[in-house]
Amino acid sequence: MIQFEKFELANGLKVIVHQDSSTPMAVVNVLYNVGAKDEDPKKTGFAHLFEHLMFGGSVNIPVYDEPLQRAGGENNAYTTNDLTNYYCQIPAENIETAFWLESDRMLSLAFSEKSLEVQRKVVCEEFKEHYINKPYGDAWHKMRELAYTKHPYRWMTIGASLAHVEDAKMQDVKDFFFQFYRPNNAILVVTGNVTTAQVKQLAEKWFGPIEAGKLYQRNLPVEPVQQKSRSMDVRADVPLDMLMMTWHMGGRMDARYHATDLLTDVIGGGATSRLYEQLIKVKQIFSSIDCYHFGAVEPGLVVIEGKLVKGVTMSVAEKAVMDEIELIKNTLMPMNEVQKVINKTESLICFEDMSIMNRAHSLAFYELLGDANLMNQELEKYQLVTPEILQQTAQEIFQDNQRNTLYYYSKS
Amino acid sequence: MALDRLLAPVIKDAIDFDIQLKPYQHFVLDNQVEVYTYEGGAEEVMLMDMVFFAGNTYEQKNWVAAATNFLLKNGTTQKNAFEINEAFEFYGAHLSRNCYNETATIALHCLTKYFKEVIPVVGELIAEANFPDKELMIYQQNLIQRLSLNLKKGDFIANRLIDEYLFGIDHPYGKYALEQDYKNVNKEDLHRFYDTYYKQGKCIIFMAGKFPGNMQELLNNHIGQLPLNKKEIPAVMHPIVSATQKKYSVINDAESVQGSIRIARHFPNRHHPDFAPTQVLNNIFGGFFGSRLMRNIREDKGYTYGIHSYLQNHVQSCAWMISTDAGKDVCKPTMEEVYKEMKKLREELVDIEELKLVKNYMLGGLLGDLDGPFQIIGRWKTYILNDLNEEYFYKTIDIVRAIQPEELKALAEKYLKTEDFYELVVY
Repeated sequence: MIQFEKFELANGLKVIVHQDSSTPMAVVNVLYNVGAKDEDPKKTGFAHLFEHLMFGGSVNIPVYDEPLQRAGGENNAYTTNDLTNYYCQIPAENIETAFWLESDRMLSLAFSEKSLEVQRKVVCEEFKEHYINKPYGDAWHKMRELAYTKHPYRWMTIGASLAHVEDAKMQDVKDFFFQFYRPNNAILVVTGNVTTAQVKQLAEKWFGPIEAGKLYQRNLPVEPVQQKSRSMDVRADVPLDMLMMTWHMGGRMDARYHATDLLTDVIGGGATSRLYEQLIKVKQIFSSIDCYHFGAVEPGLVVIEGKLVKGVTMSVAEKAVMDEIELIKNTLMPMNEVQKVINKTESLICFEDMSIMNRAHSLAFYELLGDANLMNQELEKYQLVTPEILQQTAQEIFQDNQRNTLYYYSKS
Repeated sequence: MALDRLLAPVIKDAIDFDIQLKPYQHFVLDNQVEVYTYEGGAEEVMLMDMVFFAGNTYEQKNWVAAATNFLLKNGTTQKNAFEINEAFEFYGAHLSRNCYNETATIALHCLTKYFKEVIPVVGELIAEANFPDKELMIYQQNLIQRLSLNLKKGDFIANRLIDEYLFGIDHPYGKYALEQDYKNVNKEDLHRFYDTYYKQGKCIIFMAGKFPGNMQELLNNHIGQLPLNKKEIPAVMHPIVSATQKKYSVINDAESVQGSIRIARHFPNRHHPDFAPTQVLNNIFGGFFGSRLMRNIREDKGYTYGIHSYLQNHVQSCAWMISTDAGKDVCKPTMEEVYKEMKKLREELVDIEELKLVKNYMLGGLLGDLDGPFQIIGRWKTYILNDLNEEYFYKTIDIVRAIQPEELKALAEKYLKTEDFYELVVY
C-alpha cells in the first residue's frame, strides 16, 4: 500500500506527495499529458524531439543539468506514445533546486536555435542507432502501419521517418510547448524524504505563478474494427527468419486489461510459458519467442514474435503458434497455471515498488489514468481473474480477422 | 515580493553530506559458507545472491564456464528444466544466473513469504544438476543462431575486438566464443566443471531485503549441509598479451549508417592509488551526462546519441574505455574531438567550479546508489570480492572531496596520452 496525499494548484497543476523518511533522497517527477499520439501525422517524432529540447535551457536558466548536478542530483526523461515524463533524483535537502528548474522550464523554454539544430542531429543518430543500424530495426515501424489504419499508434515515438525530425521548425516547437506544456496538462509527483506541507509551500512558490493554458481536448481518430486479417512480407539482410503477429486489445482502463496481461504471461512470458516450452523446447521450431502487449492507454496490441530455427519454414512456424492459440481458446486453463501468473505479478509489483523513483513514476501514471490510488488496487484486480475469464479474453482477442502478421525473411 | 527565478535556491554541497555505508551482518553455515546480510526495506521481498568462483578464468575450454552456469538450471536428478522453472515461477520467484571472469552467480529474487518454498530447489541445483544432452543441444543451437544475429551488429563486434586487443584472445577478459566453441563443449566438460566449481566449490552468499524469521535455519538446512568449500580455488594466472598494432578500422556491413567507436587503454585495478582519483577525472572527461565528451560531441556537435568513458571493473587489471556509436560521416571528427579533450585535460587545469560540480554530482549519486537494501549489499559484495573493506569506502569519499585541479592534470598527463590508446571503428 503506497500512501500519498494529493492537492491541486489554482492553475490546474495536480500535485501528489508520497513521504518515505527512510531514504535521504527525493524524486521530483513531472508528467506531461502528451505523447506521440498527439502529433500531427505529417510531423511525427515531435513529442520525443521536444523532450530533448527540454534540456536545452529555459527562460531564466541557460543550462538545465548543471545546477541539478551541482546540487548532487541526476535526471532523465522518456517519451511514449501516450505521455512524456521527466524526473530527477536529488538529495532531499536540495529539493528546492529541482522545483526551481522544473518550474522554469514549464514557464517557458529558451527556444534556442542552436539547441534545435543540435538535437535534431542527436535524434537522427538515435534513430539510426536503434532503427536503421540494427537487424529487424524497422519491424515495428512496419507492424504499426499494418495494424493501425487511422489511430496515431500507427507511428513510433521516434517518428515515422527521419525526414519528419529533420524538418522540425522553431515555430512548431513553440506551438507544441504552449499547447501541451502547461500546468493544467501536467502532474507533479514528489516522493522520498519530504513532507506534504513542504511540497505544498514549494509547489505554490515555484509552480503557482505559471499561467494555465487552454485546456487540451484530446480527440484522436478511432481505429475501425478490423474486418480482415492483414499480412506483409519483408526481405532483409538479417540472419534468421522472424514471425511477428499482433491482435487488437482494449486500452489500459478496459475491464479485460488485467486478464489480457495475465494471458500474455501464460502464453509467452518466460521459461514456463506455453510457447517457450512447446515451441522452443519440445518442438524446437523457434530459437526465441515471446508474447507481450503494449500496456498503452489507448487500445493496443497483443504481440507474439519469435525467430525461427534455421531450416524451419514460415508456414510450419505459423501453424505451431496458431495451434497453441487455439488450445488456449478451446480449453480451460488449469487453476495452478493461473495462480502462477498471479503470483508472478504480485512479485513484480512488490519489486517495482521498492524504489522511490518507481513509486513516483507509478503514481504519476495512475493519476494520468484518472486516480493515483488505482495503483493500490492493481493486485486485487489480478487476483479476481479466473480460468473462465482468461478463456473468454483469449476468444475475444485472438480472432483471425483481427490478426496482423509480419513475415520477416532472411535474404541469405 | 516577486519571485526571482534568476536566483538559484541555496544548496547544501554534497561534499558536506555525511555519507555512511551501513554495516552488514555476517554468519557462517555448517559447511563454512560465509553469509553476508543486510536486512531492511519496506516491501516484503528479498534477494539471495550466491557467488561461486566459477568464472571463465577457471575453464580449460572456451565457453564451459558460461554454459555450466546457464544449464545448471536445466535439469537435476529429480526434475527436468520445466519443473525447475515451474518450482520458482509458481511462487513468483526469479532465479537468474550470470557468469563473469572470476566469479559466476546464482541469484534468487523472491517474496519473503515464499523463501521457504524455493530455497530447497536452489540447494538441489547446486547439488544435483545433471546437464541433459537435449538441453545442451538446444542451448547450443539457439546460441549459434543468436551469435549469427549479433555478428550483424557493429557494437557487438567492437566490444569483442577491443577487449581482444587489450588483453589477448586467450585471456579471460579478452576471449570470446565462436560458433565452433559452442559446438566443442560436451556434457562431460560441464559435469567436470560443475563438480569442481559449484558442487564442491567455494561459495559466498549475500542476502538483502526482508527475511523470514527462520531464515538462518532454512539456509543452514538447505545450503549449509551441502559439500561446498571442499576445493581450494586454483591459482591461475593468465598473462595479458596485448596487440602490438594500436589502430583498427573494420568493415562489418558496407551499408552501415553508423560506426561503433572504441578507444581504450590499460588501467590498474581498484587497489592502485590512482584508481579512486581517476574516477573523478573520468567523470569530468566522459563519465556522465554533463561530461566534456557529452557536452562537446553530443550537445554541441550532435555527432552521436551518446558518448561515455568508464573504468572497467575487472579484478586483475582494468581498462579505461571510451565508447560511442556515431554517424558514419562524422566518426573521424568524433575521434579527433576525443583526443582534443584528452589534450585539454593534460594541458589545462580543470576549472574549480566544474570540479566542484563533478564532486557534488558524484557524492550525491553515491548517496542515491546506497539507497535501499539491495544497493547496500551490492556495494559490500563488490568490496568483499575485491578484498576491500569499509576503509576503502571512506577513503574514496575523502579523495573525491579533497582532489584538486593540479592532481587531476597530473593524472591526465600520466594516463590520457593519445599514443597509449587502442582505437577501433567498426562500420
